[in-house]
Amino acid sequence: MQSATGTAVREYVSASGTVFAVAWKGAYQPNLKQLLGSQFQQYEQALKTGNGRASRGPVTIRLPNLVVQLGGHMGDFSGRAYIPDQVPEGTSLESIR
Amino acid sequence: MPAIKCRVSGSIVLLVSAAYFLACGGGSSHPSNTIVTSGSNVQSITVDSGPANGYANGVFTSVTVCVPSTSNCQVIDGVLVDTGSYGLRLLSSAGGGALTVPLPQQMGSNGNPIGECAPFVTGLTWGPVATADIMISGEKASALPIQVIDGTFAALPSECSAFGVPEQETLTGTNGLYTNGILGVGPLVQDCNQCTQTGSANPGLYYDCAGTTCTVTAQALAQQVQNPVASFATDNNGVIVELPYSSNPSPSVSGSLVFGIGTQTNNAVSNATVFSISPNIEINTSYNGQSYPAFVDSGSNAYYFLDSGTTSLPDCPSPNTSFYCPSSNQNLSAMALSGGASEKVSFTIGNANSMFSSPSAFVFPTLGGPNTGVFDWGLPFFFGRNVYTAINGKSTPSGEGPYWAF
Repeated sequence: MQSATGTAVREYVSASGTVFAVAWKGAYQPNLKQLLGSQFQQYEQALKTGNGRASRGPVTIRLPNLVVQLGGHMGDFSGRAYIPDQVPEGTSLESIR
Repeated sequence: MPAIKCRVSGSIVLLVSAAYFLACGGGSSHPSNTIVTSGSNVQSITVDSGPANGYANGVFTSVTVCVPSTSNCQVIDGVLVDTGSYGLRLLSSAGGGALTVPLPQQMGSNGNPIGECAPFVTGLTWGPVATADIMISGEKASALPIQVIDGTFAALPSECSAFGVPEQETLTGTNGLYTNGILGVGPLVQDCNQCTQTGSANPGLYYDCAGTTCTVTAQALAQQVQNPVASFATDNNGVIVELPYSSNPSPSVSGSLVFGIGTQTNNAVSNATVFSISPNIEINTSYNGQSYPAFVDSGSNAYYFLDSGTTSLPDCPSPNTSFYCPSSNQNLSAMALSGGASEKVSFTIGNANSMFSSPSAFVFPTLGGPNTGVFDWGLPFFFGRNVYTAINGKSTPSGEGPYWAF
């Protein structure tokens, strides 16, 4: 699917019909609140906790049952979120993009 | 094009690396460069702890801003040099930043103040659009829209918070910017091409603010926050970031931000390879035979690429999960690609936790971390390389921008 601003959003669904990952890429960030649903607050809290040294750049956030990665630069954003326990065996994480 | 370059360009150059001679003799594998230190188009830059202490791999400079057409000016130090964004953003004193000079507010067509929500990866900046004369080295951009980062401006609109990254509006603290501002000198002019549109195609960066209530507004390109270099009277087709080679953590290193490409005797492209930039603002990079989208960004503070499954580099434990933590330094290589251009890039990734354990070190040439299937050639890539960023639509002796060359 595609957001109104043209950002491509892909959902990854297992054989049993469970969405185990979403990935996006485009000029503008998609609505993460909508994409992550009930996990959004947990994710935002983890992002606020920070990463030690002050830095700017891609972020990887590992929650108990969700990994969220954000990357890109102004005009070119990408990201993915996946549930590690539900990624089908043999699926390379590199293919979620 | 060889990875090791030996060149002397310009009339006044400083030989930075003692290894230059070795590299030219074929004895060293790391890049070496010469750094221009004088000229009306040369601004000094420094990688250090930054204005708030504690920044890892941030490259900072100073910028002078004035109330347009007046001598009411202020020099702002500790502004991050960012080839990954477009436009000047300054943290107001309300948030602990340096900016106090009263820059005039930009007004929309209906007389209301205009605000901007600018999403970055690690956070968004929110605040009014103001107008300033901008002076850096001997260059000047007149009456240009900039963003003032000020959380007290108005309530954060819901469209802005939905980008899903926290607001950064203070110098320090949990969501601190740790910089007095961001000088966006990337390959584009304006910061939001699609913001000229109305309706759902407008991504919601610009707002018309009646009182404290802000609604998404269409913003013409000329009124957008924009790359000041493109508005300079001369040397306006791009920039060169020149930083010396560095291999170990250290407190600081210094170099130059040179304005213009091929406009003076001190900014020729010389023998750098030109990588044209796609409409997605990307080039490509191949790693182990697989090609990935890539970009070059002084505002990203590490080599951010792939994941531990692909690279065999272990992620750091919490709280440094955005970085790699191999037990020893790992030497890697990749090919930067675009069109017919290619160049091998050799780089080393070390252990971020070990690096950060040294309290006086703020320069980390081997800092790396995972990414989203994209190669982000961040600041460590710039050490020992002169990196050219040519602006979209501007002509240079090596062709029209946008391109990166190194």
